[in-house]
Amino acid sequence: MNAPTPMTPAADETAPTGAAAAPSGGGGGGARGGGAGRFLRWDTAVGILLIAVMLAGAGTTDGFAEITNLSAALNDIAEIALIALPMTLLVVAGQVDLSVASMLGLSSALAGALWDAGWAFELIVPLCLVVGVLGGLLNGWLVTRVGLPALAVTIGTLTLYRGLASVVLGNKAVSDFPEAYAQWASYTEPVPGTFIPYPIAVFIVLAVLAAVVLHCTAAGRALFAIGAQEDAARFAGIRVRRIKLALFAVTGFMASFAGIVYTLRYGSARADNGLGLELVVIASVLLGGIDFNGGKGTLGGAVAGVLLIGVLNNLLTLNDISNEIQVIVTGVLLVASVLTPRVIALVTERRDRRAAVT
Amino acid sequence: MTQPEPGAAPVPVLALEGVSKSFGNVRALQGVDLALHAGEAHALAGENGAGKSTLIKILGGVHTPEAGTVRLDGSPVVFAGPAGARDAGIAVIYQEPMLFADLSIAENIFMGRQPRRALGRIDHGAVREATAALMRRLGVDLDPDRPARGLSIADQQIVEIAKALSFDARVLIMDEPTAALTGTETARLFSVVEALRAAGAAVLFISHRLEEIFRLCRRVTTLRDGRLVATEALEGLTEDDLVRRMVGRDLEELYPKQDTTPGARALTVRRLTREGVFHDVSFDVRRGEIVALAGLVGAGRSEVVQAVFGVDRADAGEVEVDGTALKPGSPTAAMDAGVALVPEDRRQRGLVMEMSIERNIALTGLDRLGSAGMVRRSLERSRAADWAVRLRLKYNRLTDTAGVLSGGNQQKVVLAKWLATEPGVLIVDEPTRGIDVGTKAEVHRLLTSLAEEGIAVLMVSSDLPEVLGMADRVLVMHEGRLVAEIPRADATEESVMAAATGRPIKRPSER
Repeated sequence: MNAPTPMTPAADETAPTGAAAAPSGGGGGGARGGGAGRFLRWDTAVGILLIAVMLAGAGTTDGFAEITNLSAALNDIAEIALIALPMTLLVVAGQVDLSVASMLGLSSALAGALWDAGWAFELIVPLCLVVGVLGGLLNGWLVTRVGLPALAVTIGTLTLYRGLASVVLGNKAVSDFPEAYAQWASYTEPVPGTFIPYPIAVFIVLAVLAAVVLHCTAAGRALFAIGAQEDAARFAGIRVRRIKLALFAVTGFMASFAGIVYTLRYGSARADNGLGLELVVIASVLLGGIDFNGGKGTLGGAVAGVLLIGVLNNLLTLNDISNEIQVIVTGVLLVASVLTPRVIALVTERRDRRAAVT
Repeated sequence: MTQPEPGAAPVPVLALEGVSKSFGNVRALQGVDLALHAGEAHALAGENGAGKSTLIKILGGVHTPEAGTVRLDGSPVVFAGPAGARDAGIAVIYQEPMLFADLSIAENIFMGRQPRRALGRIDHGAVREATAALMRRLGVDLDPDRPARGLSIADQQIVEIAKALSFDARVLIMDEPTAALTGTETARLFSVVEALRAAGAAVLFISHRLEEIFRLCRRVTTLRDGRLVATEALEGLTEDDLVRRMVGRDLEELYPKQDTTPGARALTVRRLTREGVFHDVSFDVRRGEIVALAGLVGAGRSEVVQAVFGVDRADAGEVEVDGTALKPGSPTAAMDAGVALVPEDRRQRGLVMEMSIERNIALTGLDRLGSAGMVRRSLERSRAADWAVRLRLKYNRLTDTAGVLSGGNQQKVVLAKWLATEPGVLIVDEPTRGIDVGTKAEVHRLLTSLAEEGIAVLMVSSDLPEVLGMADRVLVMHEGRLVAEIPRADATEESVMAAATGRPIKRPSER
């Protein structure tokens, strides 16, 4: 490729717009994380905040730093954390699934109904997981084949799956699940030699797996590309629809698994289990610096976001602050997490513009 | 068309003297002079990026020059923004008119300065009456009450001209007004413009269609790389002369195409059809050959190559690569067979703008960057760096987002991304649109050397000199059909344009 002519950047008409787009582009996609900070990456900031809150909690709140409390606090966010993993991948790919809490409820209701009908628990679990996958596939099919936006589709299936849960179990509450399973899900019986409950152990393994997939594999790169610019991904030969379909299926699987965990942890299967949980999951993911517009974020950030919400809720509970206030705190955090990067971007942009003028 | 000799009116209505303008370190205009006289139709010629748009924006009050003077009726002026220029009687009509779609023609024309009745109520009757009068003056039959939505681009331009008339514009600047017009629409536009000119308006006309310049104008000013080349009478000039002034060298020099002996058939397209878009398109491309797919915008060329690559589905027909049928609707299958498509829209389809340069380059070959689906970052980096050197990419860091690069360098990233797949069939859609002259020449050299290496190149291009300079064969599409196949020896602007506009083809010499 011999090209002796020197390049003449003058006369390039598209250059000014390209340059103008740069400042808002932020820190770039991929593992570089949220586009807010050129000083500090958003996900790192959330991690630091998490540690600060934990240190402050240990200093101010009796009982916070105790092993049993930490086990309990972790286990309290088991379902949120589990679902947050596939949700992170979905949001990175520019999608979202609002039906996860309803799928959790459906899974719980189905488990309860079948247990009530005398099924073996070993059969119930795989069946619930299959239902989860099917629910996820329905979401994915509507999004990728029918071409509806994920938000609209999953608002619909949010209602649909919760409705099915009520059909399956009605107003009943089923309890008395096998002791061995209940103990597995309980914070009182952590993994031997640690303070980590089994559901959280599962989460840790899956989180590592998800991080590797998102940040170190071809599939992960594809997710960022799809989220940032779906057309460009399609034109690069990435199987956009297949990947999205798989993501929704995995999310459905995880939501139904979380439903089993929830049922065992509370020892109660009800159709309204986990009502509204989808918003906490999404809040945690966004708090962790995953851009709702897709294409940006890190799995570590999302995990830090989940843990931060868990720790805060635990601290508020220990300090006898009511549930309502906890919800408000979560809400404020979410608004702040969405708002802050925008504000930082605006401020830096304005500063850059001033610098360009003078 | 009789136009007074410019010498008859010594003081130009609007003039530029030694005008310069830079954007950052890009010098868009350097010491340019221009004089527009009353009753004169004046052409402004130059390649993309020659500075035409900047010049128009200075005349229209959008930009103020850093050096030099703008003179109105001989006196220096500084326009206070576009409104200032408009008040001075200068109207600029852009390629794509900007009308309020849901307002009527009359409301669009008098937007913001409607005649009022008592209590500030708009006098709709007067608005309608005035619009009807304007339309009569222009000799066109458009209902003032009709909403702008659904008007053809030609009619929208008429509305813009009517607006200019309502301002009593003395200078009418038209930036590629005919780009999206059909022949009859262009003729009507020209008769309107000619009438205005005859009534004493100065017209500045910009078009890439050289024959239109010769049809409408008496004098021409040519710009190249931001500098004035010449202002001269068009009489006695040929289109070739004009091209030579615009390009600054002969076409043969610009396009380094060498004759090659085509090898085996690499890409075969048979009876490819997509309902309502293109019909019964059949052609082949051989190894070592550059085949151009020419035609007007909207003829279905991009749609055909997208169906070939599989990002769009075809309803019928088949595509073969090296004799093996390609699975339809699957870009992955096309890539596996060695087909690459550099799409027309760099910003939406060619690149993920927010992604880093190195990741963009890696995007087409993720499975080759490690085993078991993993991506080795060191390999990703070194591959990208390698391509950056080979294509002479101008960048700061490979981790910068693709969005910060200039258009030409963005195009190089897209090319790198596809050349990294080591294609046997390279399809490029408008490979040099919107990029600077130097990079354009590099892209042309690259395509030529790729063809010499035995790659089959299919090039969609609306740039006629590029088509004529680069292609071994020219395929021409018109309204979704392949209407002509012209060998290099017979390809001229006339023969390609005739086929592209659906006119009967002048007999090409028999082979």
